[in-house]
Amino acid sequence: MDSEKIIEVRSLTKKFKNLTAVNNLDLNVYKGDVFGFLGPNGAGKSTTIRMLLSLIKPNYGDINIFGKPLIQNRKDILRRIGAIVEKPDFYLYLSAYKNLEILARISGADTSKKKIMEMLELVGLAKRYNSKVKTFSHGMKQRLGIAQALLHDPELIILDEPTTGLDPQGMKEIRDLIRHLSIEKGKTVFLSSHILREVEIIATRMIIINKGTTLVEGTVEELLKSDLMQVTVSVDDTEKAKSIIDLSGWQNNLKHIEKNDLLFELPTKEVADLNKHLVTNDIKVNSLVPVRSLEDFFLKITEGVSK
Amino acid sequence: MNTIIYVELQKIFRKWRTYIGFIAIGVLAPIVQIALYYEGSGYVNHVTRGLQDSFFMSGNLFNGYLIGYIILQALYIHIPFLIVLVGGDLLAGEATSGTYRMLLTRPVSRFTLVTGKFLAGAIYVFLLLAFLFLVSVVGSLLIFGTGELITIKGKLIIFASDDVLWRFLSAYGFAFISMTTILAVSFFFSSMVENAIGPIMGTMALIIILLILSVIPIDALHEARKFYFTSYMGGWDGFFTDPLEVTDILRDAGVLLLHIFGLYGLTTYIFIKKDILS
Repeated sequence: MDSEKIIEVRSLTKKFKNLTAVNNLDLNVYKGDVFGFLGPNGAGKSTTIRMLLSLIKPNYGDINIFGKPLIQNRKDILRRIGAIVEKPDFYLYLSAYKNLEILARISGADTSKKKIMEMLELVGLAKRYNSKVKTFSHGMKQRLGIAQALLHDPELIILDEPTTGLDPQGMKEIRDLIRHLSIEKGKTVFLSSHILREVEIIATRMIIINKGTTLVEGTVEELLKSDLMQVTVSVDDTEKAKSIIDLSGWQNNLKHIEKNDLLFELPTKEVADLNKHLVTNDIKVNSLVPVRSLEDFFLKITEGVSK
Repeated sequence: MNTIIYVELQKIFRKWRTYIGFIAIGVLAPIVQIALYYEGSGYVNHVTRGLQDSFFMSGNLFNGYLIGYIILQALYIHIPFLIVLVGGDLLAGEATSGTYRMLLTRPVSRFTLVTGKFLAGAIYVFLLLAFLFLVSVVGSLLIFGTGELITIKGKLIIFASDDVLWRFLSAYGFAFISMTTILAVSFFFSSMVENAIGPIMGTMALIIILLILSVIPIDALHEARKFYFTSYMGGWDGFFTDPLEVTDILRDAGVLLLHIFGLYGLTTYIFIKKDILS
């Protein structure tokens, strides 16, 4: 990878009394990445994000952001980062506008009404700019959280579960926004999410951690391709198809039969060959649906570790 | 630093609880003034009844200065409870509301943040005392007029009217140090917990306990008084003695300033080292 490293973490370790929340974690995020950060609950994701933002101090390890050590360059680095950490909390007794104005002022960003209204417009809250945040729903606070993260036009955006509490339309809007920020604006996005479909759709690279340790890291495409794929083949004659499969060498790949559907687990590159084999043996293949997804991959990887 | 102070003041003065202190003073001081307006001469007669046989009292003894002095004495012990409402919330309030996360991921050092918060708290203390001065001294002077100030501290002391204003200003200056000590105590407690109720109640309880221990007539407890910061908070009254007890005033102010800087330093250290888990 020739791209500039935006985040480089080496041997990161954080212990809370007897609990090791993050254990010798390594990760790299490159410029322009939409980096998916995955792991089951309690995997150490939030602790890692808090360490990346200097909210908590590691017991051991190095964090370099924009090529500089975080501890010695905290202020300069934070000036270039926008973040949502877990749920977005604001000063409930202040309006959305006032909250953003205060945060922009502390960030040394543009505090003009035009800029703040632009941010509120971006997340669909312009009409409620003067409402106190205590009157906002969780979804609205989430949107305001995204607005505050983008206020000072950061180069790196760290989003911890940014679509939690949003309706499907809101989730799509945030996904589109992340894509826009990455592709059009060239921002690097570090995205922690428990919605695996979301990461699968928008992430370019990802890491899966569990018990504070890296399980896999790479591009989403590579990781999904590198494993066996599940595919459901719908045929017109199940009995005939099964007898052909029994003689084909794929019999061990056939995992389940239900009505006209045959569920296979096999390497991705063999799917086309299987289809061709069935068709040339006079089996009508009505559909061939891959069921291989990030969710399956994630469960397999994390369950393997849990066991 | 100015930005942080500005932002913190905005946060302080947009909270309803901030105004409890101003409302309490704004209500209590006029009640005392109105009561004294009708009963005041009786009060002066009561205070001076033992002296009227020996001395001839002339001039306006029942005046704005006396009312201001009475109100300050009456309210002084209660002002700390108004200070802790704000001081206890300065840091713990951010943890309770979860806003630490947003605040501390901004390009501002923790030292600047904690110092800015403390200074904003000190400005609140100053404004509260300035309001008390305005309502109790300036207000009383407008209603009752000026005159000599009569005080009794084992002996009768009468200050000429042109010798009183500077004493009030100095006493309020000392009160600022005293009340900033209360702020520092509640600020310190506020840095250690994640709920503002704890530091508010904790500081109030500490003040009450120390005040009670101070007045229990047991020798051992009396000796321990010198270790209670509350024992030095009444030093403002030293400006209403003749001759002025400069040494005592300076000693009391010095002890309180040591408390302020010590507690602020400790709070800063804790805050800089703290892992933000809220």
